[in-house]
Amino acid sequence: MNRLSFDFRGEHLEALGSGALHWPARSVLVVSDLHLGKCARLSATGGAALPPYDARETLGRLERDIAATSPAHVICLGDSFDTADIRAHLPMEERSRIADLAGARRWTWIEGNHDPGTAGLGGETRADLGLGPLTFRHIARPDPGGEISGHYHPKARLALRGRMISRPCFLLDAERLILPAYGAYTGGLRTDSPTLSDLMAPDAHAILCGPKPVRIPMPRAAVQARTGT
Amino acid sequence: MTDLPQKLQRWFDARGWQMHPHQQAMLDRASAPALLLIAPTGGGKTLAGFLPTLSELSEAPAPGLHTLYVSPLKALAADIKRNLRTPIEEAGLNIRVEDRTGDTTATQKKRQRADPPHILLTTPESLALLTSYEDAPRMFAGLKRVVIDEIHSLAESKRGDQLMLALARLQTLCPDLRRVGLSATVDDPEAIARLLARHPDRTEILEADPGPDPDIEMLVTDTPPPWSGGGAKYAIPAVLDEVRKHKTTLIFHNTRAQAEIFFHHLWLANDEGLPIGIHHGSLDRGQRERVEAAMVAGDLRAIVCTGSLDLGIDWGDVDLVIQVGAPKNVKRLVQRIGRANHRYNAPSKALLVPANRFEVVECVAALNAVRARDLDGDPRGPGPRDVLCQHILIAACAGPFDADMLYAEMISAGAYAGLTRAEFDACLDFCATGGYALRAYDQWRRILQREDGLWQLRDPRSAQRIRMNIGTIQDTDTLKVRMRGRGGKPLGEVEEGFAATLTKGDTFLIGGQIVRYEGLREMTVEVSRDAAQKPKIATFMGTKFATSTQLSHRIVEMCQQADWPELPEHTADWLRLQREVSRLPQPGRLLIESFPHDGREQLVVYGFAGRNAMQTLGLLLTKRMEEEGLAPMGFVATDYATLIWGLDAVTNPTPLFDIDRLEAGLDGWLAGNAVMKRTFRASAHIAGLLERQVGGQRKSGKQATMSSDILYDTLLKYDPDHLLMQITREEAMRGLVDFDRIREMAARVEDRIDLLRLSRITPLSAPLFLEPGRVPIKGTADERLLEEEVTRLLDASGLAGIDAPAKPVWRVPW
Repeated sequence: MNRLSFDFRGEHLEALGSGALHWPARSVLVVSDLHLGKCARLSATGGAALPPYDARETLGRLERDIAATSPAHVICLGDSFDTADIRAHLPMEERSRIADLAGARRWTWIEGNHDPGTAGLGGETRADLGLGPLTFRHIARPDPGGEISGHYHPKARLALRGRMISRPCFLLDAERLILPAYGAYTGGLRTDSPTLSDLMAPDAHAILCGPKPVRIPMPRAAVQARTGT
Repeated sequence: MTDLPQKLQRWFDARGWQMHPHQQAMLDRASAPALLLIAPTGGGKTLAGFLPTLSELSEAPAPGLHTLYVSPLKALAADIKRNLRTPIEEAGLNIRVEDRTGDTTATQKKRQRADPPHILLTTPESLALLTSYEDAPRMFAGLKRVVIDEIHSLAESKRGDQLMLALARLQTLCPDLRRVGLSATVDDPEAIARLLARHPDRTEILEADPGPDPDIEMLVTDTPPPWSGGGAKYAIPAVLDEVRKHKTTLIFHNTRAQAEIFFHHLWLANDEGLPIGIHHGSLDRGQRERVEAAMVAGDLRAIVCTGSLDLGIDWGDVDLVIQVGAPKNVKRLVQRIGRANHRYNAPSKALLVPANRFEVVECVAALNAVRARDLDGDPRGPGPRDVLCQHILIAACAGPFDADMLYAEMISAGAYAGLTRAEFDACLDFCATGGYALRAYDQWRRILQREDGLWQLRDPRSAQRIRMNIGTIQDTDTLKVRMRGRGGKPLGEVEEGFAATLTKGDTFLIGGQIVRYEGLREMTVEVSRDAAQKPKIATFMGTKFATSTQLSHRIVEMCQQADWPELPEHTADWLRLQREVSRLPQPGRLLIESFPHDGREQLVVYGFAGRNAMQTLGLLLTKRMEEEGLAPMGFVATDYATLIWGLDAVTNPTPLFDIDRLEAGLDGWLAGNAVMKRTFRASAHIAGLLERQVGGQRKSGKQATMSSDILYDTLLKYDPDHLLMQITREEAMRGLVDFDRIREMAARVEDRIDLLRLSRITPLSAPLFLEPGRVPIKGTADERLLEEEVTRLLDASGLAGIDAPAKPVWRVPW
């Protein structure tokens, strides 16, 4: 299994190449920003119908990661559903797949800005969750203190021997950990954007998703770009 | 013989003019339902197209649209408006002429729909947009003629297919509509005639006197051209001499980057300050317009340009055309040469300037072809279905439609004559529901069938979004460039990929000046002036032309000669050197060279199978190399060779060229390669699955790339037979695959493969390294590079603490 181990607030954690986070000591698997039903929302607004396979793809990945890590507890860090009411419009097959997953272990839906309210598909719904030294919530706060969040869909971009490589990534400093978006149709925010460059400490690292996760110093904005001179 | 109306005849007489025979013939055949005029540039083609209109409108014209003129270029429409004004005003005709393009103001557009002029000049995209309005029947009521200018250029692209579908629509609104096509000299007039006609009717073809043979030569210089490169810098003094000797010279280049570099060197050598301008599609519009105006006024002695000046705009008194770089295509060369000397029946004068020694061979081959009047051309297949999907959406915008009638209308367009009802229904289903095997969200279908059987938009507001995405032109993702500071002057555009490689302080050429990259602000590249002499080369691309198959054949034949008395000594020397250090391609054998260069292992396969087949070979070979663990990183193909670079050298080519395994790879190659994704992306935009503009906001190109790649991957996995995947495959087979020629090459070669392991780049391979359109292969090389980088970063950060102040060891470009 392709994992990268690291320590955060004294806890031993594993980043999976898929963008999931594994906490072996507590048997917890964490994923963020599934955005299930995104193509349904886009179709509803009068645009073209996108291929309705995003939920299958996302759930398939999640089932594989669950099979590989056998967690006792799964935490979804918010924006699990693209809108609060789209849950009702997911096809029956996908709803039952979600219910099966959530019914087989402890399951926590953290509320996100896209999906406030209860999921109604099994599991518990909460604004945030504290476990030992770690706090799980959707959007990072100014005073983190061992916080694990999602929301920003971070991705890193590198120029290597003339090749541009762009990958979703985890962002990590001493105080906070931000997870990449796990959903199939989610875009990303570059780590060198002012938002992420300002949010993370200067010595932050990025863990790039992919066949083999790798850890590098966080690619960030040049100073003059950030201060806007 | 039809006489001109008195007013027009008097105007001709006053100028001492007589109609050309083909202008008279156009007038005589004015009632033909479809008429195609083939005439050389400068033959008064456009006037020939308009004479019947001016005739019919000469006495007290009724209000309303009479003639619609469609041209491929906005600038052409504006130019024609100017040129038409002269006869109309001087002959005292009461005819209103207006143009309508993307640049027309909203107020004027609105007024044109309510009160159309007699003659409306427009582009295929603006016409498609006009047909999408509910009031189209009223606006086009009474339309008599459609004149399509430069139809040969439209016939080569999806713009032509879209235009013909729009014509089918107009023909339904105006059954008596007459179609006229104006074309430059082409290899196959029948093919264009079929496109123009209302199927199954026929188009009458009228061929004007082609005029005398052009006076065309290769420019001979004292300095020989370099081994490789596309700049033709060596020829600058000789080109300046020619500019001095002529009134106005057009200097054509194949790419924008080449034009920029040449212009830069021309100015460095232009000691007497001859007025010379530059014109290409990446320059800011204001700047282009100033050059155009200066040229019309006769203030310029020369213009360095690209294809943006290819079409028949009347640029005044050009008496010499210089083509820098190999012409790639004999037909286009002949059309470019026609830009010189607008006096009908006088020979055009042109010079070819090869940029390097391979191009000398190509130029000589092209000259032989021009003398033999051997024009080249590739037949086009049936009309592409992504354009059809867009047309269905356009029809839905105009109001509820009947599917049977729409189908009948579509198959009256020549390119779609063979469209089956099942194929049409699949397109309709795609527009309505997305056409997926999984019918998940039918409640939000885009168009739906009403109880009376007509189809309409589910949400009328989506008409606005559809209209904003009309068109088939695929822009490359570009960023605007402007001078830094308040109100900085806009200079033009560069490709986003190029901008991403820049770091502060890098210099590049744009609009003939060297600028320094300062940074990126709100999706605009900010630059400052720089006094440097040598810029980092601008790699932004113009149109990339393929050398035609005929020309490739002529080149192979030349390679097989024992010696080359018809070539300049330096080029013959170069071929001899290639023969000495490596080998020249031989009939019945396949030459492969392998050598390290640029920190990578290079493999050059001289297949001479044409660009498309060589491209496919690149795809399949890199796939096989990936399987063999050779970590290929990418490839680039030309008409004569494929260059593949990677981390490891190939030592045994035989297993790679096993034709059965290559062919087996053809099915698998669809998986995840960049060419297929690029093809998919274009079709997804045209068919309306992806939107370029949402609410007037242009999505950044990068977002569009990412989402189309994800959709492609999803469809490949869950719905591989989806309509858009079929279209992508068809497009690739038509445009990029050409597997038959690989099979033919394999049969010709069998196991006679010569792999030469060399220590360095060879004369014949050098030009490949400058070829644009490199295709990256995302495979094991990415992982290995990342691993290297991590190791390097960790080492570097360990050292950084000791060796302060460390310079940045790596950078993330914006």
